[in-house]
Amino acid sequence: MTTTTGTETPIPSRRPAIERPGHEAVEVKGWLRAHKWLLLRRLSQFGILGLFLAGPWLGIWIVKGNLSSSLTLDLLPLTDPFLFLQSIAAGTPPYKEAALGAAIVLAFYLLVGGRVFCSWVCPMNIVTDAAAWLRRRLGLKGGKVPSATTRYWLLAFSLVMAALTGSLAWEWVNPVSMLHRGLIFGFGLSWGIVLGVFLYDLLIASRGWCGHLCPMGAFYGLLGKPSLLRVSATKRSACNDCMDCFAVCPEPQVIRPALKAAGQAHPVILDKDCTNCGRCIDVCSKDVFRLTTRIDRSES
Amino acid sequence: MNAPRPDNPAPDRTAPTRRRFLKEMAGAAGGACLVSMGVGLVATEASARPATALRPPGALAEPDFLAACVRCGLCVRDCPYDTLKLSKLGDNVATGTPYFDARAIPCEMCEDIPCVVACPTGALDHELTDIGEARMGLAVLIDQETCLNFLGLRCDVCYRVCPAIDKAITLELMHNPRSDRHAMLLPTVHSDACTGCGKCEHACVLPEAAIKVLPHKLAQGQAADHYRKGWEEKARAGGSLIGDQTQLPMRGLEDRQYGDTRVAPDYTPAAPGGLNSGWKP
Repeated sequence: MTTTTGTETPIPSRRPAIERPGHEAVEVKGWLRAHKWLLLRRLSQFGILGLFLAGPWLGIWIVKGNLSSSLTLDLLPLTDPFLFLQSIAAGTPPYKEAALGAAIVLAFYLLVGGRVFCSWVCPMNIVTDAAAWLRRRLGLKGGKVPSATTRYWLLAFSLVMAALTGSLAWEWVNPVSMLHRGLIFGFGLSWGIVLGVFLYDLLIASRGWCGHLCPMGAFYGLLGKPSLLRVSATKRSACNDCMDCFAVCPEPQVIRPALKAAGQAHPVILDKDCTNCGRCIDVCSKDVFRLTTRIDRSES
Repeated sequence: MNAPRPDNPAPDRTAPTRRRFLKEMAGAAGGACLVSMGVGLVATEASARPATALRPPGALAEPDFLAACVRCGLCVRDCPYDTLKLSKLGDNVATGTPYFDARAIPCEMCEDIPCVVACPTGALDHELTDIGEARMGLAVLIDQETCLNFLGLRCDVCYRVCPAIDKAITLELMHNPRSDRHAMLLPTVHSDACTGCGKCEHACVLPEAAIKVLPHKLAQGQAADHYRKGWEEKARAGGSLIGDQTQLPMRGLEDRQYGDTRVAPDYTPAAPGGLNSGWKP
């Protein structure tokens, strides 16, 4: 990952574009349209967090619990399937409410894309997006990025560890559930782990946590592999190689096959790592990308 | 991302690519394995729970509980008395699991047990429907040197607040050997009725409670399976299991029933002192 950015010839006039990707889109489409998906995403992230916080803060109990397992309006049970899987690996017989909750969540992400959790729900996304933004603005380069497959290994080993220790071993350190639980039930010292993730992403590895390490993201990625909702580079013929989409994309490797027809003919991004965040749609001044389904392979 | 460099045509690129791929895979797998092993160690090491941290009613045995609880906090939300807390990193209780500190806020033993009903994973056993059957821990009168009742006073607070008064805690009448003419009423816990709610520990008037609720593992001994109590076996069998015993005569007690060695009420020992300690109020 690091070598690619390193081998790019630094053309002085290009630098602002890399540090502020999307400025051309702002000029062409206006600020609001060039931030549409980002704003919607933040709205979703803060909205979901708000629903969870409305109870303890305002006494309005719409949603109880946290992202690990919750109860909405005393009716709808939702359970994180990754946690559910861990607890089964640890040797707990599946319990009906947790199983039902996990099945609902599973069905939802199968439809809209597994990693929609990462970009539209997960509170850690706000932290790592902030780190990525700051890294771009400060022009920080280099560092040591682990292989992007590390997360799948971590996913496998977290389940093995659950089985070996007979407890939800990963949950002792999982920064994602820790952050969400911390926001709702109080942090203790776990803010330190969140700060650690921020600093890691800022100083050591660009998009290191969400893009390379997080086993939860890996789980949702695998889960959403056959999902329906997809981003497509429908107007890829209009691409002017400005590289803005690559600069903002948290998983830039997913764009190339669709945009540049590398290894596939159609323009739909089918990679499991794509988070459907829609930021590429925002920053493209040529409106190359749009949100569609995996069936729609049309090009214009 | 790792596009091959265009200035290096290298006719057979498969070998180095494969080597790099394998190297990268090994690195990723090794790193992930190390991290997971660290996590596993931390999880095992930290699964020891401080004795004062009690689990909610119906909690499975600790290892099963740690496997089942998804740390969602729904039990905490449905606890009407804010007894339950979700542990935070640094509380020394498995992060995100529910617990309560009886000295701070004890369990009020709600009849409908909302915390158990709320649990989506069965980490709190839904079979528990009678809160009197809950076993969150066991009260132990841990310090007889400071307990006011042991000093001969009538504090009785732990006994009075016990939701299972006269069953889980009784007051046992004992002679006070210090004053020699008063009684001590000693709070005594009975494990067959104590739910471990912690109201006694909460109410203890001392700066540091003399009665504490501890996990059963710490609070209770366990008799070996093969131990039998002779008197129980005798009662069950309706007579001695080893047949009639030979009755040997005892000198001076020939007129008594066999085994009766009680001293007569009017008996006074010849030597001075005796039972009268000379205590004056």
